[in-house]
Amino acid sequence: MNIPWITHHLWLIPLLPLLAAAVTSQMPKHLGKAAGLIALGALGLSFLLALCALAATLEHGRTFANVPWFDLGNGQFQIGWLLDPLTAVMVVMVTFVGSCIFLYSLGYMADDPRRKQFFCFLSLFAAAMLGLVIANHLLVLFMCWELVGLASYLLIGFWFEKESAADAARKAFLTTRVGDIAFLLGILWLGREAGSLLFFDHGHGCLEAGALARLGAAGIVGGLTVSTFIGILLFCGAAGKSGQFPLHTWLPDAMEGPTPVSALIHAATMVAAGVFLIARVYPLMSPAALGTVACVGAFTAVFAALIGIAQNDIKRVLAYSTVSQLGYMMLALGVGGLTAAIFHLITHAFFKALLFLGSGSVIHGCHGEQDIRRMGGLRGPMKWTFATYAVGMMALAGFPLLFSGFWSKEAILHAAQNWQVSQLPFYAGVAGAALTALYMTRLMACVFWGSYRGDAHHPPHESPPVMTLPLAVLALFALTLGFLGTPAWPWFESFLDGRSLHADFHELAHSTHLMLLSTAVVALGVGCGWLLYGRKPRATAGEHDALESLLPGLWRHLSNKLWIDELHAATSIRLALTLAALADWADRFLWGGLVWLAARATVGLGWLSRTCDELGINEGFDGSCATLKTGARALAAAQSGRTTLYLRAIAIGFALLVFATIVLVTGFKIIP
Amino acid sequence: MIALTELHGCLILGALMFGLGLTAAFTRRNTILVLIGVELMLNAANINFIAFWRHAHPADIAGPLFVMFSLAVAAAEAAVGLALVFAIHRHHHTARLDRINRLKG
Repeated sequence: MNIPWITHHLWLIPLLPLLAAAVTSQMPKHLGKAAGLIALGALGLSFLLALCALAATLEHGRTFANVPWFDLGNGQFQIGWLLDPLTAVMVVMVTFVGSCIFLYSLGYMADDPRRKQFFCFLSLFAAAMLGLVIANHLLVLFMCWELVGLASYLLIGFWFEKESAADAARKAFLTTRVGDIAFLLGILWLGREAGSLLFFDHGHGCLEAGALARLGAAGIVGGLTVSTFIGILLFCGAAGKSGQFPLHTWLPDAMEGPTPVSALIHAATMVAAGVFLIARVYPLMSPAALGTVACVGAFTAVFAALIGIAQNDIKRVLAYSTVSQLGYMMLALGVGGLTAAIFHLITHAFFKALLFLGSGSVIHGCHGEQDIRRMGGLRGPMKWTFATYAVGMMALAGFPLLFSGFWSKEAILHAAQNWQVSQLPFYAGVAGAALTALYMTRLMACVFWGSYRGDAHHPPHESPPVMTLPLAVLALFALTLGFLGTPAWPWFESFLDGRSLHADFHELAHSTHLMLLSTAVVALGVGCGWLLYGRKPRATAGEHDALESLLPGLWRHLSNKLWIDELHAATSIRLALTLAALADWADRFLWGGLVWLAARATVGLGWLSRTCDELGINEGFDGSCATLKTGARALAAAQSGRTTLYLRAIAIGFALLVFATIVLVTGFKIIP
Repeated sequence: MIALTELHGCLILGALMFGLGLTAAFTRRNTILVLIGVELMLNAANINFIAFWRHAHPADIAGPLFVMFSLAVAAAEAAVGLALVFAIHRHHHTARLDRINRLKG
């Protein structure tokens, strides 16, 4: 196989931001701007390399390069880089959106004293994310996956002085960890069944025919096939990272981080890693596992959109929107629309990053205010932000024809409609589209229409060009990117599938009814939103929301996020707390008691041993010594030194000996 | 009652001499007197030798020969003993046995 140069050097793409992270971490604190420029430069170079990679995939298709990492028993442990269309589009998207957001951060974080640390973390994140998408080994992917989680934790808690930020960081880390445990189990199981965790390895990889056949024949565990089990375990990891129900609660809380972080990590790239993972291991997913993915995705899409309607924090609305859109992507994967999911992932990354950066600009302009009830009328003072935000909003809501979100959402609905198993995901997708249009209209109306409801002494102002320029660039892509994947000219799909591409305007006619439906749905959502919020914008910050006056019962549930946090608190968290209390009790009394007993027993034994020593052994020893001494004295007294006494002793002894000899030897025969 | 013969007389004389010598060796404190006691005991033994030769085996020469050896040994012993007495006297400035007790335990 003819492997292009870039495949062998794909590791350079994550290495550059990693080096930037290493360099910036060692820089002095006051060089924040230089740190930002280094990070931006490294990611820019990565972007150029990513373009090379994209060009290489256009020509060569899928290529990979495996390198031995270390020797293991009889074999070698290999890792590798995989360059296929999926990797290429992800790499280009991450580096490009990342560069825009790095540029934006230069302006947004200009006043932060820990700016250089911020860029260090951002670079680390970019490196981990790029490593994740280029990995040709599931374990390498998992390592980068965890690194991405670490970077996310560090960045959500970047303003750790705020307790809510520190809590949110912890919550994000722990919640995603729940999914990651299942993911790791899935990896281990897959490694056992498939024999390799390399994705592609000249016929030995786990995504290739041999391993898939082995996996298909692996049998049944607990009513599910092994491959379904593995697929669902892997999906658990994806659900944690991509904020799928019921592990989505961390994502809205993650908005405590700086806005560029929300844009880069919690909207555009990291949360899409779950979708990417499922797309990467797509051949492994059995129909039952995909059905699970579709159900969870469809439910999440509608569920999060519903909550998004009743949020008042500008970033929280977008966060629920992100959860909902990720649900869309999962839905698409589940119903077999791999290309539709990735297409939506890419377009969503652009327009959601745009929306978040726009929100950052709004927050910046309103002096740190995040509550949409205290904004309003920003159309006038923030023209650039308004224009780009409107583009992002329309792309997200799926305005017909011109906006990228329309085409990608249309592809998803098309895939859902063609799913043989059930039409429910399709209806969920349609309902989600209407809700998306509704909450985005509400957001636009509250922020940009009406009159400014914040502090009248500090009117809102437009952000500096370093922040509006990325907005404009992203807006341009949010507008145009959709045309890469229209039904008439599905370049993106054919690129991902490797099929030949031909423009066919009849296809457009085939999907006309679907396009009309989605247009109608969007019009319905926008219409409702406009009737509720646009016609008569709220006048003061304190008044009731229009929907709240209309449906107070529903509003109460929605504004409390449908009680999922409370559900978690009542179930898993309470379970964890109970177990912790139990463990604490056991620790204190059971194990502590055992330790105490052991200690007492040791002390008792020690006492016994000392007593034996002192009374038994010492006394016995001393006693025998004393006896010996006395005996020796007595014997020594016999050594008087008086020769006459010695003589007497000799004589008596001699006489006794003679007598004894007579008695013993002759037996008194001498004596008659 | 057994009639006393010449042999009995000699044996009684030897036993008395031995007892005399033994008593002298045990009780005298002067080293020279102890040596004289030792000589007396040796000569008592010699009298026994002669008496038994004369009355039991007059034809056997071994009896008087043994006495000859015994006298020679006694002479040598007396010489060594006197030399020791000299050496002790020179060292301790006395010849009394009860003073020479440096081997006391």
